[in-house]
Amino acid sequence: MTPATGRFRTGDRVKVKFEDRPGHLRTPWYIRGKSGRIEKVYGDFLNPELLAFGKDGLPKKTLYQVAFDHSEVFGKAQGAKDKVLVDIYDHWLETLA
Amino acid sequence: MSDDHGHDHPKHELSYHAKRIYAMRDLLVEKGVITEKDIQSQIEYQEARTPANGANLVAKAWVDPQFKARLIADPKAACAEIGIDATALNEFVVLENTPQVRHMVVCTLCSCYPRPILGRPPDWYKSFNYRQRSVSDPRGVMREFGLELTDDVEVRVHDSTADIRYIVMPLRPAGTEGWSEADLAKLVTRDSMIGVMDALPMLPE
Amino acid sequence: MARGHHDVGGLPGAGAIEVTEHQLSDWEILADAVNQALGARGIKRTDEMRRAREEMDSAAYRDMTYYERWIASIETILIEKNILTKAEIDRKLVEFESKWGEP
Repeated sequence: MTPATGRFRTGDRVKVKFEDRPGHLRTPWYIRGKSGRIEKVYGDFLNPELLAFGKDGLPKKTLYQVAFDHSEVFGKAQGAKDKVLVDIYDHWLETLA
Repeated sequence: MSDDHGHDHPKHELSYHAKRIYAMRDLLVEKGVITEKDIQSQIEYQEARTPANGANLVAKAWVDPQFKARLIADPKAACAEIGIDATALNEFVVLENTPQVRHMVVCTLCSCYPRPILGRPPDWYKSFNYRQRSVSDPRGVMREFGLELTDDVEVRVHDSTADIRYIVMPLRPAGTEGWSEADLAKLVTRDSMIGVMDALPMLPE
Repeated sequence: MARGHHDVGGLPGAGAIEVTEHQLSDWEILADAVNQALGARGIKRTDEMRRAREEMDSAAYRDMTYYERWIASIETILIEKNILTKAEIDRKLVEFESKWGEP
């Protein structure tokens, strides 16, 4: 794995920022503003928001696999333990106490 | 009419966009931006990639616990062990199903799929219906594919939003002790490696 | 701002999953190969292609087939990077029309 310079570690509780700005954003609408838990720290990757416009993608951003309870995201639970997991970049996340 | 690649249209019947790719191809080659050989080798590369690659990985993991551990720890290296060239993948993760956990994979934002291993995704994987419902109604999608799960099972839907690509390792079906890897691989369908269904319970006809 | 037309996860109103398969036509295989070849040569990135699709007219996005969207994006990116011009592509099509003609 590549180095991970980001703020979060496996097990941290995080909230996805609710941002609504132009550009190539890889954080799906359905997950914005939702709270979850870091499952994996994948390491640093070039930033797709910049690559999409022909830029070099620097500085790299740490990518995480974040797990969300299905009920947290879609308001009703199908299986009580069901989860949605999304790969999200560091700058989209904030600490949840 | 050639049958090699399905329906070949007489060229004057092609849609607007279809004609434009032929035009762009000719111009790009004329200008030396890409070569005919580049195009041909991409066609051949893609044709060599089929779900059989994934089925072979899973079947070997079912019979060999050490290989399974290596596959989960370093999937690209495990691919290389059995002659699958996964180098085009940035990162790839194998999601192991258990009796308590089932995984399902989607790309809601476009159609990301582990192409260097499994080849091209099926049309339904790329459809709006799948992209919309897989995250909000995974059990409903599984039900359509014939998989009914009790509420105590954990369903984990992975949205491939970045460079990580996911393949599901389905559960080994009961009653397959002593089977050859080749026969086991026949139970591992492409759809079971996307996670919308389990592996086949018996050999297909 | 609002949710992009590509950002469809969780949207209501989706129907049954139609499990059809279609054999790719020659032009679809070509679109796939040209896309990959351009990437392999470092001429464009997948991120640029995705962005081009996201910027497409929404009605066109829903109406086009999968590979048609790819072809439209390839054209957008090549023109953006001054590798081809729309006029050149249009001219080539006119050449084709006279070459292929009607049966």
